[in-house]
Amino acid sequence: MANSYGRLMKKISLFIATSLISLAAASAAYSEGDQKAPRKLSWSFEGIFGTVDKQAAQRGFQVYKEVCSACHSLNRIAFRNLTEIGFSEEEVKALAASYQVTDGPNDNGDMFQRPGKPSDYFVPPYANAKAASAIHHGAVPPDLSLIIKARHDAPNYIHSLLTGYSPAPADVQLGEGQYYNPYFPSGKLNMPPPLSEGSVTYTDGTPATVDQMASDVVNFLQWAAEPEMEARKQMGLKVLIFLAVFTGFMIVAKRNIWKRIH
Amino acid sequence: MAQAPSPQAPGIKGWIEYRLPIFSFIDHSLGSKYPTPRNLNYWWNFGSIAGICLLMQILTGLFLAMHYTAQSGLAFDSVESIMRNVNYGWLLRYAHAVGASMFFVVVYIHIVRGLYFGSYKSPRELLWWFGLVIFLLMMATAFMGYVLPWGQMSFWGATVITNLFSAIPGVGQSIVHLLWGGFSVDNPTLNRFYALHFLLPFVIVGVVIFHIWALHQHGSNNPLGIDVKTPQDTIPFHPYYTVKDCVGFGVFFIVFSWFVFFAPNSLGDPDNYIPANPMVTPPHIVPEWYFLPFYAILRSMPDIGIPFTSIVFVSSKLAGVIGMFGSILIFFFLPWIDRSNVRSATFRPVFKIMFWVFLLNGFVLGYVGSQPPAGSMLIIGRIALAYYFLHFAILYYISGREKTLPLPESISKAVLESHDHHH
Repeated sequence: MANSYGRLMKKISLFIATSLISLAAASAAYSEGDQKAPRKLSWSFEGIFGTVDKQAAQRGFQVYKEVCSACHSLNRIAFRNLTEIGFSEEEVKALAASYQVTDGPNDNGDMFQRPGKPSDYFVPPYANAKAASAIHHGAVPPDLSLIIKARHDAPNYIHSLLTGYSPAPADVQLGEGQYYNPYFPSGKLNMPPPLSEGSVTYTDGTPATVDQMASDVVNFLQWAAEPEMEARKQMGLKVLIFLAVFTGFMIVAKRNIWKRIH
Repeated sequence: MAQAPSPQAPGIKGWIEYRLPIFSFIDHSLGSKYPTPRNLNYWWNFGSIAGICLLMQILTGLFLAMHYTAQSGLAFDSVESIMRNVNYGWLLRYAHAVGASMFFVVVYIHIVRGLYFGSYKSPRELLWWFGLVIFLLMMATAFMGYVLPWGQMSFWGATVITNLFSAIPGVGQSIVHLLWGGFSVDNPTLNRFYALHFLLPFVIVGVVIFHIWALHQHGSNNPLGIDVKTPQDTIPFHPYYTVKDCVGFGVFFIVFSWFVFFAPNSLGDPDNYIPANPMVTPPHIVPEWYFLPFYAILRSMPDIGIPFTSIVFVSSKLAGVIGMFGSILIFFFLPWIDRSNVRSATFRPVFKIMFWVFLLNGFVLGYVGSQPPAGSMLIIGRIALAYYFLHFAILYYISGREKTLPLPESISKAVLESHDHHH
């Protein structure tokens, strides 16, 4: 009797295994949809030893400041934070002072404008989401502080998005103020192609190709999303070394103690 | 209790012990006076690891609570402020978020170990029940905790899951409004979830005490699933299992740390880094991985009625809710569904195959739960759902009839024989 149950069970397990395989195949076909998968690039910040490429992040900041910041806020970054990617305190002071910041109320109860200080946060381009959406045909340009953590495979996705605009295929109907981009989920993006050859002039002489600017801005945004990343990975290595030694000692201790009853 | 206390021993320890026998209590609970089967394998480490997880969640949670703001306009920003401005705030938050996933991994392994080795069988039914209650409380706690960062998945996950209760006939909608504290998921929902998220871990601690109390009554089950018969079958918990648990802690913390320090967001959904927006529904609302099999059951249930007519007795929504809760509640009856007197799957060839198929089916359900419920995914989900419950019916039938292998005479004899094989 037990044997026939066994055969039944084997049949069932075979069936489930087959379904699992067909399911994997079906999902591969399904989940992609029309959206194009981002191109895989290699980034300095990947892996357990990965670090922020500060030169690239500084160039990326220039791209953000001169191009992206026209529409995208960066609300969670203060000017003072920029010293973490290698800007000097003087540079940060000068940069902050080039912005006008609303402060107040003063002793008369009035809000007033003053030059920015390093402790101030980046000044958003729009007063609020409604103001942004009125200008952008109903779309609100997202804040970029966390964008690297808020998208699947974000570094590759954002790089592909910034460099991947192409003419719309015949079957795609674009609305007013929309642009075709196969990497965007719907393919229809309200952001005009932001980068073109030479959009910025890099102070370090790097040629400002679209590809270069896109990867630089990804480096900058990676830092903005995870400013703790390098400290985290360094601590992680120390913790792992400690735990490996601890576990090794415990394995030895366990063997010695259990010898008594073997 | 009636016997006279032993005379006071010298020293501070003796002074305290004479008044409060805490040292002997510890010794009898986790020490040299707690006899434990000598053949426990490493699968028995996960209970103590689960205890460590609970402690870590309470500690990291406490410090997070000192910086978190439970207000719908500020919650997301306060979490980001913890990440960026609080000293080691990123470590606290990542340890807490990854810790929740690790807690579930550990508890799932702990449960699955119990299933394989028959730890739910007599006389450990109440022990098993307390464990299931802990699991249910964990699910509630984790769900409410996930709402607190007030990201897109927090908000929409809360909306989907609380809406489930509206399927209950008659009172459903009232229950949902009660949960929400209004007419949609909003600030009052966040506030009550925060209060409950802080409370429930301590309720879990309470149930854990009963879980361990019931455990100590008959001691641990073991891989052979046979009872302890003589003192030769046991060894003192300390030092043998304290040191073995320490090996487990070491390995566990290596895995835990790898996620915290090198892949802290790999177990979560990127959408939760987008602040909650009631006007924008994410394309795929997906719960955290540890809920996926149950989410699949929820969504796979069809309307139940007379086929080929429009007569529906139970809507798919209500059926889904019943199925989801039923999929966990059925485990309360497992000690009676499984009628075999033999505990360990080692001696139950048919049960062993059923166990692995059931486990695989659970992974299939988990995968289905992560995918949009359409096309082949819906069909596979329904088959897996049907098999999930069919398993228990087959188990009831087979467990009364299956031929089991001969059991060893005693734990000590089996252990000695296996040593002879090795040498």
